[in-house]
Amino acid sequence: MRADLSGWGRFPRVFGDLHRPRDAAGVRALIGKGPVIARGNGRSYGDAAAQPKCTIDMRGMAHMLSFDAETGVLEAEAGVMLGDVIAAFLPRGWFPPVTPGTKFVTLGGMIAADVHGKNHRRDGSIGRHVDWVDVMGPDGTVRRASARDNSDLFARTVGGMGLTGVILRAALRLMPVPSGWIRQETVAAANLTEAMDIFETATTRYSVAWFDCLARGDALGRSLVMLGDHAEPQDLRDVRRAAPYDVPVRRARRMPLDAPGFVLNRHTLRAFNRLYYAAGLKKRGHSVVDWDSYFYPLDAIGDWNRIYGRRGFAQYQVVLPLAASHAGLTALLGAISETGQGSFLAVLKRLGAQDSPLSFPMEGYTLALDFPVSEAALRLLDHLDAITLAHGGRHYLAKDSRLSPETFHRADPRAALFTRARAEEGCGVFGSAQSERLKI
Amino acid sequence: MSGSVTILGARSDIAMACAHAFAAAGHDLVLAARGSGTLRAAARDLELRHRISVTLRDFDATAVEGHADFVAGADLPDVVICAVGALTPQEEVQDNVAASVALMRANFEGPAAVLGAYATAMAARGSGVIVGISSVAGDRGRATNYTYGAAKAGFTAFLSGLRNRLAGQGVHVVTVKPGFVATRMTENMDLPEKLTAAPAEVGQAVLKAVEKRQDVIYVRAVWRMIMGIIRLIPERVFKKLKI
Repeated sequence: MRADLSGWGRFPRVFGDLHRPRDAAGVRALIGKGPVIARGNGRSYGDAAAQPKCTIDMRGMAHMLSFDAETGVLEAEAGVMLGDVIAAFLPRGWFPPVTPGTKFVTLGGMIAADVHGKNHRRDGSIGRHVDWVDVMGPDGTVRRASARDNSDLFARTVGGMGLTGVILRAALRLMPVPSGWIRQETVAAANLTEAMDIFETATTRYSVAWFDCLARGDALGRSLVMLGDHAEPQDLRDVRRAAPYDVPVRRARRMPLDAPGFVLNRHTLRAFNRLYYAAGLKKRGHSVVDWDSYFYPLDAIGDWNRIYGRRGFAQYQVVLPLAASHAGLTALLGAISETGQGSFLAVLKRLGAQDSPLSFPMEGYTLALDFPVSEAALRLLDHLDAITLAHGGRHYLAKDSRLSPETFHRADPRAALFTRARAEEGCGVFGSAQSERLKI
Repeated sequence: MSGSVTILGARSDIAMACAHAFAAAGHDLVLAARGSGTLRAAARDLELRHRISVTLRDFDATAVEGHADFVAGADLPDVVICAVGALTPQEEVQDNVAASVALMRANFEGPAAVLGAYATAMAARGSGVIVGISSVAGDRGRATNYTYGAAKAGFTAFLSGLRNRLAGQGVHVVTVKPGFVATRMTENMDLPEKLTAAPAEVGQAVLKAVEKRQDVIYVRAVWRMIMGIIRLIPERVFKKLKI
């Protein structure tokens, strides 16, 4: 069936054939005829989960297979949604050990992008918590890969963007949590140096900063750093303590239509950023927040991507090595505030060390921003690429929609090895619009 | 809320969506379908997610002579949902008597016969809810699917009569007209987005209809209006339309 395969940023627009198999045999029937790529819930921002010739919608394979109440290991098919995992197992005291900023992602998609959360420095990316994956290769056979068996395949599949085969099933180790609430501390940082100091000394499991990307001069990097830990029952008010995993259901709102382009300009963005910062200052200090509002604030607004209008938006996320982070971030933020093209969301996180064939994280700081697509914005992103390269940084493929192959390969020398291994294993039949663009 | 729910024709996407909606509300389930063993993974999934129990039963809706035994062969459920149905393109059935009869049996005779058996058993007990998944296609016959539509029209009329008969006997009957739903059955059709429900919406709507004792529901409200208008078009105009 012909379908819109565009990513969450709705840029670039990609259309093509989408198939929804219900079992392994159905997937096998699609492999080998031409390029294919598996797709989860379409929440990567660009064209990573789109192959115009044949895209496999894995949401037709969404059975949970088993759960071990002693170890917290959940075995499930790749199309199972993270939100459903939480709905099923948080009431039993378990939570995903790593989560991206939306719960509307599939297990397979999370593994393919090797997603990280606000606790990467402490807990690593999702791959660290995966016991095994079942991967269907180019010849249609299914291999179980883990850190022990087929370990090369395992390493390349985690973070491999679906380019090593189709992830059919996986085993994820959930984490025991004392409640469905997060004890949060919001700290104001007057500039980038202060923000980084807070990250470096933080002892909480979670840390993330939202910053005003239009602030300039001495205030460059002005931000609100949010530190969090899973709340213990005694942190909760009496009424909640009796049922620590019950949280009030949030009402979903929807973005009914695309915002017209003029809604977003440097003045409204500047005002929004200022107001948000001012509101955050008032909320400084400690609070207890439910898991849904804490981890997934944007999930409460369905189709929030439409706020950026019909032309869509590009998300830009890079990581800079620790030693170069301060200088690199200063240069990136300076370039952004100079053009006045900020975003509603500008997020800074501290990542820990990781050694993977293609996964995004490395020890350092990661910056993520949204830009409504325009000629000027794309020019700015090219400029940011140059700054990132100069500081030894690299790009997050789950967010990318517009990188050039030259920039990508220069920023990430691992890609050449990955590409060679992929070719040797005959994995060329797996390919997305993104992998074709980036020559992976 | 508890109480057991039996779903007939459990393999369909709409049936599975109903299973998830009722399981999430805490109901134990019986899933009945031909070759029910192939539903084991789905049953396990329901049990894991919702911590309820699921029983599988073999059931062939078109084998009407076995229906009485099927109904008597297990505890009478609190709710029975019939999601049995088939959709064959009109051009494949209109000049093929066997295919045409099979389509009518799958959409009308089989479902009506088995729900008739449940109706009598529930009336004797004095409680129960019967849910029939019918179709907007039964609201008016159209060139593109009138054999299917006629069978669904028959099923709708049957449910209406059943509701009328059981009104004073503690048994409630719900008629569900889903409109377009994005399922395996409609996978290759080009359906308008605003008029097309996800299976999960149907599941939620059926759960609500059972809890609130609604009589006839259209899953997306717009369908009630659309079919209201389509029914009002005079026949001498309607016969010339291509809709």
